[in-house]
Amino acid sequence: MSGQVAGQLELLLQTIISGVLLGGLYSLIGLGMSLIMGVMKIINLAHGELMMVAMYVTFWCFTLAGLDPYLSVLIAFPLLFLLGVAVQKFLIAPVMEVESILPENQVLLTVGIGLVLSNLALLAFSADYRSVPVSYASKAIYWDLSLGGQTLSLSFSVPMMVAFGIALVLGASLFLFLGRTDLGRMIRATAQDKRAAALMGINTKRITYVTFGLGSALVGAAGSLLVPVYYVFPQIGGPFTLKAFIITVLGGMGNIPGAVLGGVVLGLAESLGSVYVSLGYKDAIGFVIFVLVLIFLPKGILGKGSA
Amino acid sequence: MTKTTLLWALPAVAILLIPALTQNPYLLHMLILVLMWVVLGQSWNLLGGYTGQVSFGHAAFFGIGAYTTGILVKLGLSPAAAWSGLLVGGLAAMVVASVIGWICFRLRGPYFALSVLALSEVLRLVALNWNRLTNGAEGILFIPAFTSKAAYYYIVLAIAVACFLAIRRVMGSRLGYYFLAIREDQDCAESLGIDTTRYKLYSLLVSSFFTGVAGSFYMNYMGFIDPGIVFSIENISIMMILVVMLGGAGTMWGPAVGAVIYILMSEVFRVFVKRGHLVFFGVLIIVIIIWFPNGVVGTIGEWRARRKAQATPAPEGA
Repeated sequence: MSGQVAGQLELLLQTIISGVLLGGLYSLIGLGMSLIMGVMKIINLAHGELMMVAMYVTFWCFTLAGLDPYLSVLIAFPLLFLLGVAVQKFLIAPVMEVESILPENQVLLTVGIGLVLSNLALLAFSADYRSVPVSYASKAIYWDLSLGGQTLSLSFSVPMMVAFGIALVLGASLFLFLGRTDLGRMIRATAQDKRAAALMGINTKRITYVTFGLGSALVGAAGSLLVPVYYVFPQIGGPFTLKAFIITVLGGMGNIPGAVLGGVVLGLAESLGSVYVSLGYKDAIGFVIFVLVLIFLPKGILGKGSA
Repeated sequence: MTKTTLLWALPAVAILLIPALTQNPYLLHMLILVLMWVVLGQSWNLLGGYTGQVSFGHAAFFGIGAYTTGILVKLGLSPAAAWSGLLVGGLAAMVVASVIGWICFRLRGPYFALSVLALSEVLRLVALNWNRLTNGAEGILFIPAFTSKAAYYYIVLAIAVACFLAIRRVMGSRLGYYFLAIREDQDCAESLGIDTTRYKLYSLLVSSFFTGVAGSFYMNYMGFIDPGIVFSIENISIMMILVVMLGGAGTMWGPAVGAVIYILMSEVFRVFVKRGHLVFFGVLIIVIIIWFPNGVVGTIGEWRARRKAQATPAPEGA
């Protein structure tokens, strides 16, 4: 193998590695959206803004108390759970009963909530880009791969690997929770058929509180994990809401394994796209995939979503 | 002259005479913005309020109109000739709309709403990265054709009236009934033989055309655009929805009422709250959806209907 080919291969492998690691984080963001979508049949357009809230929580925990961003997952997760429950209980649930001409009223409501959250952050913390100076931010593990007489040197970013690992653990716990516990079964029953679930004695209203709380908590955890490798600023939410929606569509709405797969696909596509197509169009690549999926696989890549 | 003609003629004459009565550029600027937002609100209302197809990314069509005009200027057309952009920009928005509509309207649910949102983001990225055509982040700048605000006032007034009449015409025709049928119950409409995909697309085409025209007007009037301004989700797409919800979705006068309130409020917020003034609009959206889901016009309509029902006693034995 010539040196040039080896260089190309190294670049490709490196791009795939970063893409998959990024995809782990995306999966976590998509899981929350997909869960909410599955149970309540609405798109939560404040999803990215909830993540932004968690990122600020993490940022201030570090700045004021010196708490490591990975430990503040333990704070951001329950805090965002409570915030999600409150939003669902006091804002979204009442609107379910209001009659209106516009069919997507609850979705519009989440737009308003998102606008309030991002601009409150702007008022409170200004538009500055902030970051957390952790010692391991740019640490990486190197792996030398011998192949056909050439050595390929691949690097694995430590914070991204930790994030990927925690995302996997959270994803797996969610899967077990939904599959093995009573509450999880109730959530799945409500997602399948709300009325039938209510007839079986499930308090579906309370289930929607828990679901929205859980969805917010998951994206909150993703926010904490993102802090060591990214910036925190008030407007960060919008693009991530879109990413979450793309992941949800990719995986099929309400499909939990699909959301994980969708996250990895999006991470890979963005990573490959920014290297081989153009850095400026990185975010457009997700949308192109999204439109292709809409045309050819409207039920998601696993073909089991509820389109 | 009957009382009702007088009721219509007086405000109409007053609106026509405003630039003759005042030369205050600030006041005229506000009125121009109100009229532009009337066009935007009407366009969104046709699709969202009447046809029930909520779009979260109408900035896409606004931006296409604005950039079509901007690119025409960049290619060497004189600013005066840039007015042709009003038509070309509207048509360009329609072409893009027909593609996205053709893809998304076959699916139900939030797909369309969010696809348009995605579309507007993609277009923003294109405008940002295609430097040779759009000047990228620098934006496009040119000297507007007229120095007097009165000229712009009459032009945007003409656009707003044309838009209003066109949409009223559409809603009075068979097309309008199809739109309402689709909004109320898509299955039912389909079972009555309405090709729902096609009629949703028609609604989108009219809506995107006028949004594009408004975008082109914006370029001609302001003389400057950049990707962040015209493809803004927060300041264009969401505010279009807010204007319609404020006034009343699915009503003829709702968007006009909404535009007046919106421009007034955004001026007040802009002056008294320096940054983060969108917080108030966010709160406003939440308040409207929870307590006044039918907006000003819709709520007044409900209130009058209730009073009427109280005034006429129920017939005996009913």
